[in-house]
Amino acid sequence: MSDVVTIKNVIEEAYDTKTFVFDWDAEARPGQFIMIWVPGIDEIPMSISGISENTKSVTVKAIGEATRKIHELVPGDRMRIRGPYGNGFDLDCGEKLIIGGGVGTAAIMPAVKATGADTIIAARSDKDVIMEDIASASAENVWIATDDGSLGFHGNAVQLMKEKVAQKHYDCVLACGPEVMLYFTYKACEELGLRCQLSMERYMKCGAGVCGCCVMDDSRICRDGPVFDNEKIAKLTEFGVSKRDECGRTVKFR
Amino acid sequence: MVSLKTEVGGVILERPGMVASGIMDETGPSMVRMLENGAGAVVTKSVGLTPNAGHANPCFMEVTSGYVNAMGLPNPGIELFKEEMDVAVPKGKIVGSVYGATPEDFSSLAGRMEDYGACAVELNLSCPHAKGYGMEVGTDPAMVKAIVSSVKDAVSIPVWAKLTPNTHILADIGRAVQDAGGDAVVAINTLKAMVISPEFARPVLSNKFGGLSGAAVKPVGVRAIYDLRTVLDIPLIGVGGISDWRDAAEYIMAGASAFQVGSAIGTVGIDVFDRINKGLEQFMSDYGYSSISSMVGVAHE
Repeated sequence: MSDVVTIKNVIEEAYDTKTFVFDWDAEARPGQFIMIWVPGIDEIPMSISGISENTKSVTVKAIGEATRKIHELVPGDRMRIRGPYGNGFDLDCGEKLIIGGGVGTAAIMPAVKATGADTIIAARSDKDVIMEDIASASAENVWIATDDGSLGFHGNAVQLMKEKVAQKHYDCVLACGPEVMLYFTYKACEELGLRCQLSMERYMKCGAGVCGCCVMDDSRICRDGPVFDNEKIAKLTEFGVSKRDECGRTVKFR
Repeated sequence: MVSLKTEVGGVILERPGMVASGIMDETGPSMVRMLENGAGAVVTKSVGLTPNAGHANPCFMEVTSGYVNAMGLPNPGIELFKEEMDVAVPKGKIVGSVYGATPEDFSSLAGRMEDYGACAVELNLSCPHAKGYGMEVGTDPAMVKAIVSSVKDAVSIPVWAKLTPNTHILADIGRAVQDAGGDAVVAINTLKAMVISPEFARPVLSNKFGGLSGAAVKPVGVRAIYDLRTVLDIPLIGVGGISDWRDAAEYIMAGASAFQVGSAIGTVGIDVFDRINKGLEQFMSDYGYSSISSMVGVAHE
């Protein structure tokens, strides 16, 4: 159902990314998302990046008209949201390694906070790394990977993950990030015999499992997902390959 | 032994519940999933001549006992929709829903749906939120008659017409479908509706108005089917707010030979058809109805 919430706090996470903390006492699980209305412009899905009893947060990268408009919001402003939607992560899966790529890091942060599990934050460059401080407050081990080597490990999330998995036993990898990162995370987990739970993204309309616009094969990202495990991912022929546009047309990634 | 088998408008269904147009039916794989979860048939998303992105978000919201949506008929266009039909048709009965502005549009689209293997075609004469389409062509009996006649001439598969409750002349429109040779009437589509946000002092949907579906509209739908049964001889298909066997039984007793489920796929879940089928079977067995046809329209007796 929908709620009108008041923004309590705005945190600059990076030059193009802000966290908006708002009053909301709804029950939400790590990995769930909400739909945010940007009046006159759009309504967009956004992962919940912080969960406490009376407040929740979203972490927004300004990349389009709607997200730029959200960036103009200040404490005291109101947002109309609906949700929470989606299945979320199953945190009862043994020793976890949690990976966030780019702004996808926002989606894994509640799981990091809830478990204190080892965490990899990956980004293009040091200026794109977000929420390291929040992760470090809960997790003993927080490793950074940047594509250009400007901070931490020089390389991508999957390369660093393989290194860490060789050094320590993990049962399950939880990840959210660009689809290409998730695709190779899945491939690596299959090779290494690791369980994984990956949070996916698709163009969305209803968010509530009704319209079927966000399907990947026969699975609704908004309701059956956004988090999928090894067995479900194995059946997704469109994962890493193609997506549907607003008209429902197949668009290949490459 | 109780049988859920039913015949409606030239189509034999092993199970009487179909997926209503617009829900989990834009892609081949999602239609297959619904067939595997107890749907007797799937009615496709309404498809037009060219690709359509639909209305901008927000185009959906949850309200008390239902949803208000203004999707705006998003679809990939009839040309590309072949890919989805190729996946779904081998797995079960697919009814091709089409929308257009003129009788020629409808005939051409219906012909393609027949080519793709649809077991019937459902004419969308009732969408309340697409300018120039749906309800705008479906509330004029003369236009409805022209469209249905034209499609009947163009295809050999059964032709169903889905009607809107947003009119005071539903019976006249139903008669127009029957007079033109239509094989069944499907009722109802959503009720034209609006939601305003007091905090933002404006309608929430980008299209301002949309259509109300779900439990809130069920009594309106049941009444529409009851009324249509009193004036028409062709079979009826009930749709609007069905989420359990009781709702389905109401529509059947009002005069529907089969029914469709939409919003409850969201509120109840994908397994809604299996639940309805089981409940209906039990009810029929307990109350001595051996077949769906023995229950159709009994509320009129």
